[in-house]
Amino acid sequence: MSTTMNDTFLDDNANIPEQAVGAPFSDDAKIAIRDVSVAYADKKAVHEVDLDIGRNEVIAMIGPSGCGKSTFLRCLNRMNDTIDVCRVTGSIKMDDIEINDGKLDVVPLRARVGMVFQKPNPFPKSIYDNVAYGPRIHGLANRRSELDDIVETSLRRAGLWNEVKDRLDQPGTSLSGGQQQRLCIARTIAVSPEVILMDEPCSALDPIATAKIEELISELSNNITIVIVTHSMQQAARVSSRTAYFHMGRLIEVNPTQQVFTNPDHQLTEAYITGRFG
Amino acid sequence: MNKFDPQRTSALVEASLKRRYRAEARFKLYGVTSIGIALLALVVLFTDIISTGIGAFRQTYIQLDVHYDAEVLGISDARNEKQLMIANVDGVVKAAMRARFPEVSSRGDRRALYSLVSVGATFDLQDELKQQPDLLGQHKTYWLLADDDIDSYFKSVQAGESYAGRVSEKQIEWVDALRDSGDIKTRFNRRFFTSGDSAEPEMAGILGALVGSLLTLAVTLILSFPIGVAAAVYLEEYAPRNRLTDFIEVNINNLAAVPSVIFGLLGLAIFLNMFGMPRSIPLVGGLVLTLMTLPTIIISSRAAIKAVPPSIREAALGMGASKMQMIIHHVLPLAMPGMLTGAIIGMAQALGETAPLLMIGMVAFIVDVPGGVTDPSTVLPVQIFLWADSPERAFTERTSAAIMVLLGFLISMNALAVWLRRRLERRW
Repeated sequence: MSTTMNDTFLDDNANIPEQAVGAPFSDDAKIAIRDVSVAYADKKAVHEVDLDIGRNEVIAMIGPSGCGKSTFLRCLNRMNDTIDVCRVTGSIKMDDIEINDGKLDVVPLRARVGMVFQKPNPFPKSIYDNVAYGPRIHGLANRRSELDDIVETSLRRAGLWNEVKDRLDQPGTSLSGGQQQRLCIARTIAVSPEVILMDEPCSALDPIATAKIEELISELSNNITIVIVTHSMQQAARVSSRTAYFHMGRLIEVNPTQQVFTNPDHQLTEAYITGRFG
Repeated sequence: MNKFDPQRTSALVEASLKRRYRAEARFKLYGVTSIGIALLALVVLFTDIISTGIGAFRQTYIQLDVHYDAEVLGISDARNEKQLMIANVDGVVKAAMRARFPEVSSRGDRRALYSLVSVGATFDLQDELKQQPDLLGQHKTYWLLADDDIDSYFKSVQAGESYAGRVSEKQIEWVDALRDSGDIKTRFNRRFFTSGDSAEPEMAGILGALVGSLLTLAVTLILSFPIGVAAAVYLEEYAPRNRLTDFIEVNINNLAAVPSVIFGLLGLAIFLNMFGMPRSIPLVGGLVLTLMTLPTIIISSRAAIKAVPPSIREAALGMGASKMQMIIHHVLPLAMPGMLTGAIIGMAQALGETAPLLMIGMVAFIVDVPGGVTDPSTVLPVQIFLWADSPERAFTERTSAAIMVLLGFLISMNALAVWLRRRLERRW
């Protein structure tokens, strides 16, 4: 956000719509977000977002740095709870159950809504233990053989099995960056989540590793809802079916990905995708 | 010349290079000098302690032919414990001395002669007779423990040094005679490692203090590590950020800087006066040292917990781990090496601590080796203090020897910590 062009947009509040333009709502919503705002102490980071995330869709969140898309993403599995000064208001309903409710236990929620972080963060444990961690803490496997099965299946789905099957006892941190990120995805899918949140999962990876992860996202979307924050517009175009554009903490436009990148409804979206700022 | 002329820049850089390298060389020299000074101090310390203390590991013995004369002993049956208790073993030793030097006749000379052998020899012979009652009426040759003054004199003779201690000319004559006949020699001083303190330097050993230190430190470690880690985990992970926690934090930092003798006074007031616990016991010593060590352990544990990367915490929480699972499965294992380092630093401090233990009476003269945390005992640094304070010449070398034992203890403790840390780190 450094060009002078950008500044003219920032000053011009008239450009920011009251409600996101395009098609923010869905008939078959997995998560329905209404009037969600996030504030760090006094500073508001996300302003009144209304959005439906469809069942088993891949939705991409794009926007310039600091636009609040990661903060918004973290609301969906209550990761913002870990930040003391962070306050989330509004309603987030997953399958008609209110998530943004202090009384709701976050442990089962996070088992249903998994998360993959920007930097690969495998536990400093063996590859096996990394994948087995979720099933273990949630008690998903009663026998060792069941656990072995979960680990193998998860690693296979993450496309990592052939690379690591002979060294499951080696530390997860000994893998390459791309492998580590796939290990983190395997770890996440090992507890069979309904939704996976991905916060710029490929930003630390090379193009080949990125391609593998994108392939993986397409496969997972058969039965998992995926919300992906990305800085790469090409990536959003490749993996997502819908794209949401955030600007200055506001949701500006939500439309089918194809349309966002060819014929956006809003001038801010257009300015962003044509590289005038970002 | 233009300010932005590349040629000017390189000329200026060239010109300043020499000065910069000289400054760098000087900078390095300061560091090397500092390390040199530190090493020199260390070498001086070690040579001094070792050269003074090494003598304590050898002890002078005098060979004598002992006759277990029933008449002199005044007993008829060595199997009878009661008789053995009152047996005049001392008389047997004196008789043996008289037999070795028959020419000594005057009372004063005889007293001087008897004092060549330590009273410890009497105890040894009594034990011997108890073990082998058949010896009653028999002759047997023994190497008997020499008195500390004779020991000091003989060692300095062996080393070819002059001696100006408490030995008379007569005694020197006798020692020379013993030396000529090969009846006096130094042997490894086993007693130093197997017995407790004694008023007689030749009988004094370090074991009592060593065991006392071990017991005290065991109490300290068992109490302070779990308490310290639990406090650190709570403060770091659970405590809300408010005035109260700020207050607690400031106070913990302050406690770390409180002089240790204050903790001794606290222990005296609380554990001895209020709770009526006995003085001089490792349990109370351990409690006092726990109070002293806690701030160190809490501070270093908090630093170790803080150093655990947030990405690991997020990963665990993102998987649906509860806060406790996150702490136990991820934070504590990763922080463990750092927490252990803190604990070892605290333990090393506690090991060398004298002042607070003086306050709770661990400075008492205790002969017996403690058998548990409620037996009266002393600790290594206090033993060093006590011996350093004793007038007998032979205690000088024992003081240094005790310092060597203390340093050995410390080094093995640190080695254990390094090993533990390596092992824990290797698991990842």
